[in-house]
Amino acid sequence: MQTFFQQIINGLSLGSIYALLALGYTMVYGIIKLINFAHGDIYMLGAFWGYYSINAWHFNFIEALLSSMVVGAISGVIIEYFAYRPLRHSPRITALITAIGVSFFLENGMAYLFTSDTRSFPQVIQQHNYNIGGVLISNIQILILVTACILMVLLQLIIKRTKMGKAMRAVSVDADAAELVGININRTISFTFALGSSMAGAAGVLIGLYYNSIDPLMGMTPGIKAFVAAVLGGIGSVPGASLGGFLIGMLETLFQSIGLSAYKDAVVYVVLIIILLILPAGIFGKNVKEKV
Amino acid sequence: MKANLKTNAIWLGLMIAGYYLMNTLILVGVINSFIENMLVTIGINIILAVGLNLIIGFAGQFSLGHAGFMAIGAYASAIITNSINSPIGFYISMGVGVVLAIVIALVVGIPTLRLRGDYLAIATMGAAEIIRIIINNLKITNGAAGMFNIPQFADWATVYIMMCLTTIVIVNFIHSRGGRAVMSVREDEIAAEAMGINVFKWKLAAFVLGASTAAISGSLHASFLQTIAPNDFNIMSSISILIIVVLGGVGSITGTFVAATVLGVIDTILQNFGTLRMVIYAVALILIMIFKPSGILGTWELSFSRILKRIKVKRGVSE
Repeated sequence: MQTFFQQIINGLSLGSIYALLALGYTMVYGIIKLINFAHGDIYMLGAFWGYYSINAWHFNFIEALLSSMVVGAISGVIIEYFAYRPLRHSPRITALITAIGVSFFLENGMAYLFTSDTRSFPQVIQQHNYNIGGVLISNIQILILVTACILMVLLQLIIKRTKMGKAMRAVSVDADAAELVGININRTISFTFALGSSMAGAAGVLIGLYYNSIDPLMGMTPGIKAFVAAVLGGIGSVPGASLGGFLIGMLETLFQSIGLSAYKDAVVYVVLIIILLILPAGIFGKNVKEKV
Repeated sequence: MKANLKTNAIWLGLMIAGYYLMNTLILVGVINSFIENMLVTIGINIILAVGLNLIIGFAGQFSLGHAGFMAIGAYASAIITNSINSPIGFYISMGVGVVLAIVIALVVGIPTLRLRGDYLAIATMGAAEIIRIIINNLKITNGAAGMFNIPQFADWATVYIMMCLTTIVIVNFIHSRGGRAVMSVREDEIAAEAMGINVFKWKLAAFVLGASTAAISGSLHASFLQTIAPNDFNIMSSISILIIVVLGGVGSITGTFVAATVLGVIDTILQNFGTLRMVIYAVALILIMIFKPSGILGTWELSFSRILKRIKVKRGVSE
């Protein structure tokens, strides 16, 4: 039972990283129906920014986290402006290939500039382990979980309570109608990218602290897993993305702990396919009725 | 029938001429082994991309799991030719790979082809990853290390002939009654169903046909390169096949040929650039997509029957 709770704790901290990433996927997909393959690489950029800002300017954790969120947001907006905006009215598969191109560009550009070596992330926070009834919880895990939860609540508030959030929801339902009532579509989409990418930047710093190693290709696998999480939760739904992220994190750690770590990714995909077959639009997705 | 005969004869002539052209160039020494490697890679990519273009471009089903079926063919060939070390063994293994790929495509396709758009893409991607992870953990496939010293039975001639054969099969399928049914499913599922087309059956048919050609290319890949590892068939390789299809133009077989050749040549040239290679490749990809969103050729096809018709019309006018 102790190991079970231990794995739950580990799963929750890994899951909150996936959830933060999945939020970006789900928002971007919700608004322009694009699988933003470059999202995982913004997370990598965030981690590298954290690495350099902590090493060179001796930022503390909060400063590193906030500044990497800003860097993530800016890079997200730049990518949207140069790569995705010209393709807004072209076939979706073209935009997808462009997103893959951006992802290749970021990965290999970073590998070219900073070499593809793995670096160890500076430990700005001393690790302490707390023993609660036989379950070990480190302060970093608590920090990750708390930061992720704060960010998710904040995001939900922005989407539900602010004017910009209302505009985002309107554009995601019907872009043309939103434009007719005076919503600036370009600005709304840029804002969505900024929000989603800032979450990815934050996730990058958090994963750096948790796993203590970063490299230019680190965004690829978590990016795909986070997208799976977003689909699992029902793409376009913010609570769905969080739930999907936690679910995938837990599944992974649970299967690792029962000795099937070689099959942990396969299990994630099996669960994904089963859920899609039962609920074709994900757990929280709206099932749109087909009309002739 | 007579018009078909003429165009078919032209195509056949082109294929044979291409074969002899390559053969002489190799004999004369213009094509060295370096270029020959490039040609084989292009040929294998063409087989893969034509199959994927059938699924994505003509049936309109967004599949991201093509490398999984390639892996099945590759491992079938590797395992069987290691015990039956003869050309017959290689062709048997290719057949076994195709049958296995068909069975697995049915197992994957029957449940997942009910999904739409991106959901289907992610489900097929998951299925391909499951195949790769299973191969990664089996004893018979030698796990993550992969298989070495696979006997080489595929040279560029085999690849060329298989490329021509699979393309003929797929193009004929597209021009048949089945192909028209598949395209009507792409255009509008509800309308197709109202016309009495079994939507699900034709989606599945395109998916299975695409998967079986992927298995053939996997066999060729394994036999030509002689080493394979599960990581050769990951998501990134599925994506690189998708890139060929989209770059050439979704729904254009000619475009797929052009894009596979162009990318193969670019890849060989850029090998001198080291790490910068992928950066240049990525920038080129983004720029092509922004300035030519429908791919190099869009949906344009090279068709001799159309050219012949145009010549006939011109002659009629001049007379």
